[in-house]
Amino acid sequence: MSHRVPDHSTSPTTTTTTSSSSTSGPDRRTDDRDLKPPRKPLGRTAGTYVGALLILIWGLAPFYWMLVTAFRDNRFVFSASPLPSNVTLDNFREALSTDGGNNFLGAIINSVIISSVTTALALTFGVFTAYALARVDFRGKFFVTGLILAASMFPGVALVTPLFQLFTDIGWIGTYQALIIPNISFALPLTIYTLTSFFNDLPWELEEAARVDGATRGQAFIKIILPLAAPALFTTAILAFIITWNEFILSQQLSTTATEPVTVAIARFSGVNPYIPPHAAIMAAGALVTVPLVIMVLLFQRRIISGLTAGGLKS
Amino acid sequence: MTTSEKSQAPLVAKKFDWRPVWMVGPALIILAVVIGYPIVRAVYLSFMADRGLDPATGMFTQGGFAGFQHYLYWLTQACPAPGGGTVTCPDGVSATDFWPAMGNTLFFTVTTVSLETVLGFAMAVIMGKSIWGRSLLRAAVLVPWAIPTAVTAKLWAFIFDPNGIANTILGTNIAWTTDPFYARVAIIVADVWKTAPFMALLILAGLQMIPGDVYEAARVDGASRWQQFVRITLPLVRPALMVAILFRTLDALRMYDLPVILVSANSNSPTATVSMLVVNEMRMGNFNSASAISTLVFLLVFAVAYIMVKFLGANVVEDRTGKKEEIR
Repeated sequence: MSHRVPDHSTSPTTTTTTSSSSTSGPDRRTDDRDLKPPRKPLGRTAGTYVGALLILIWGLAPFYWMLVTAFRDNRFVFSASPLPSNVTLDNFREALSTDGGNNFLGAIINSVIISSVTTALALTFGVFTAYALARVDFRGKFFVTGLILAASMFPGVALVTPLFQLFTDIGWIGTYQALIIPNISFALPLTIYTLTSFFNDLPWELEEAARVDGATRGQAFIKIILPLAAPALFTTAILAFIITWNEFILSQQLSTTATEPVTVAIARFSGVNPYIPPHAAIMAAGALVTVPLVIMVLLFQRRIISGLTAGGLKS
Repeated sequence: MTTSEKSQAPLVAKKFDWRPVWMVGPALIILAVVIGYPIVRAVYLSFMADRGLDPATGMFTQGGFAGFQHYLYWLTQACPAPGGGTVTCPDGVSATDFWPAMGNTLFFTVTTVSLETVLGFAMAVIMGKSIWGRSLLRAAVLVPWAIPTAVTAKLWAFIFDPNGIANTILGTNIAWTTDPFYARVAIIVADVWKTAPFMALLILAGLQMIPGDVYEAARVDGASRWQQFVRITLPLVRPALMVAILFRTLDALRMYDLPVILVSANSNSPTATVSMLVVNEMRMGNFNSASAISTLVFLLVFAVAYIMVKFLGANVVEDRTGKKEEIR
C-alpha cells in the first residue's frame, strides 16, 4: 500500500497493468468519452417540471399574497380570492402616513443611509484585505482567513449588551454611527471572503504582463485588475447592502424612532386601533420594502447566486 | 535615510513586505473594534454584579465583582436568598425561562436545519436539470432569501392569522400564534420557507462541481440511480453540504426576529429563544446578567462550530482559500 502511491505517480504504465480494476489508463478514458453519445433524459422531464412548478410556488406565493393584500380594500383583507377585487392605494397611504407614531418613509431613508454607508465602508476596507489574501503571500495568512471567517459566524446578539452600554455612555444612541458601526461587523467579513473567492478566479497573468510592460504595481492594479474586478465588487456590494438592509436585532436596540431602519419600523408598526393589527397596511409597508430588493434580485440573479456561493452568509 | 535603506536592503536580506500589513491591518483593526472589544467587554460584564437591592442590608448596591453568580443564576436557577446565600428561583423569575429558551433554540435549530437540508437538496437537484425557465426558477428562490426577516415574520403572521389564508386553505381553525404547538410549527414553516432556498443554492453549487463523466462511468458499470446518488453524489457533494449546514446551524442558533415578531417577545412564550432572553434581560436593566447569557450563546455557537469543523469535516477555511470552481 505504502509503495503503491509513489509507483502510481512515477510510472503510470506499470500501475495500470498491476492494479487491474481500480484505475483505468488515462488515455483510454478520453477515448471512451469521445465515442460516447450525449446523454438524454428519458421521461423524467414531466416530474422535473412538476418539481420546478412547486419551487416556483414556494418562492413566490407568499410574496404574491403580500402584494395582493397590499392592494386590497381593508374590509376584504381576509378574502381568499387570489386577485384583489377592489384595488386601492389606501393601504400604501396608511403605511406612509405619520399617524400613530409611524414614520415609515423616514425609516426607508434611514435604511438607505445606513446600508449605503456600511456597504461603502465594508468595500473600501474589504477590497485591500481580499486582494492581499488572494494575491500576496504572507505569514499568518491562514490564521487571518480563519479569524475573518470566525467573525462572519459570530452571533450578533453577543454584541448587543456591551454596545448598548457603550453607546449610551458616549451619547450615541439615536445616531447613525451607532447603527453603521455594528453593521460593519456583519458586512466586512462577508465582503472580504466573497471578494477573496472572486479574486482567486481573476486572470492574474494580465497584471504580471502589465508589470513586465513597465507599469507600477499601483498602475497595474488600477488599470488592469480593478476593471476586471468591477463585477465582483458590484456583486459584493449588492450582498452587503441586502444583509445590512435586513439586520434587525442590533438596529432594534441601538436606534431611536428617528434613526430606526425599516425592519424595526415594520416590526412595531401599529394602526390606529392597537387591538386590530392593520394587516393590509403592514403588507403595503412590506411591499414597499421588499419590491426594490426583489427587483434587484431578479435583475442580478446570476451575480447574487455566484456571490452567495462564493461565500456562505448569514441571512 | 530612505535611500540608504533601499540600497542596503537587498544585500542584507529580502526587504520586509509591508503590503499585507497595510492591506489586512485596517480590516483587522476594525473587526477588533466592532467585534473583539464588545465580546471582551461582555465577558467582563458577565462577572460583575447588577445594580439592585442587597437582600442583607435592604440598600441599593452598585456593581462589584460577582464571580460566577450570573452563570449559576441562569444555569441552576440560583437566586440570592434574603438571609444571604442562594435559593432556587421561584416561578416567574427570568432565570426559569433559560432552559426552556435553550430547549427551543436547539429544537428550532435541529428541525429547521434538517428540513432545509432535505428540501434544499430536492430543490437543488431540480434546479440543476437543464429545463426551460431555469433562470426564472433560480430568481424565484432568491425572493424569500432577499426579504428581510422582519417582513417575513409579519407576512407569515398575516398568513397564520386565525382568519388568515392558512386556515382557509387547510379548512382548519387553528390558533397558530397562541397555541404552543402550532406556534412552533408556524416558526419552523416561516424559517424553512425563507432559508431552504439558500441551502438549495449552496448545494446546487456543490452538485455542479461534480464532473459528469463520473456518472457516465458508473452507468457503464451498471450502477442504478439510487446507487449513483448514494455512492457518488452524496460523498462528492459532502464538503459543500457540510459548509451549508454549518452556516445555517450557526444562523439558527441565534434566531431572534422571527419568533419575536411572529409569536411574542415574552421570554416565557412557547417560542422564546436564548437571544430573546438576552434582549429582555437587558431591557430590564440587568446588563451584567444579560452579558452572562450572551456569553453562554457565544460559547454555544463556538462549541457547535468547533464540533462541526473538527469532527464533521466542514472545512470552511480550506474551501474559501482553495476553491476555484464556481457556479455559472
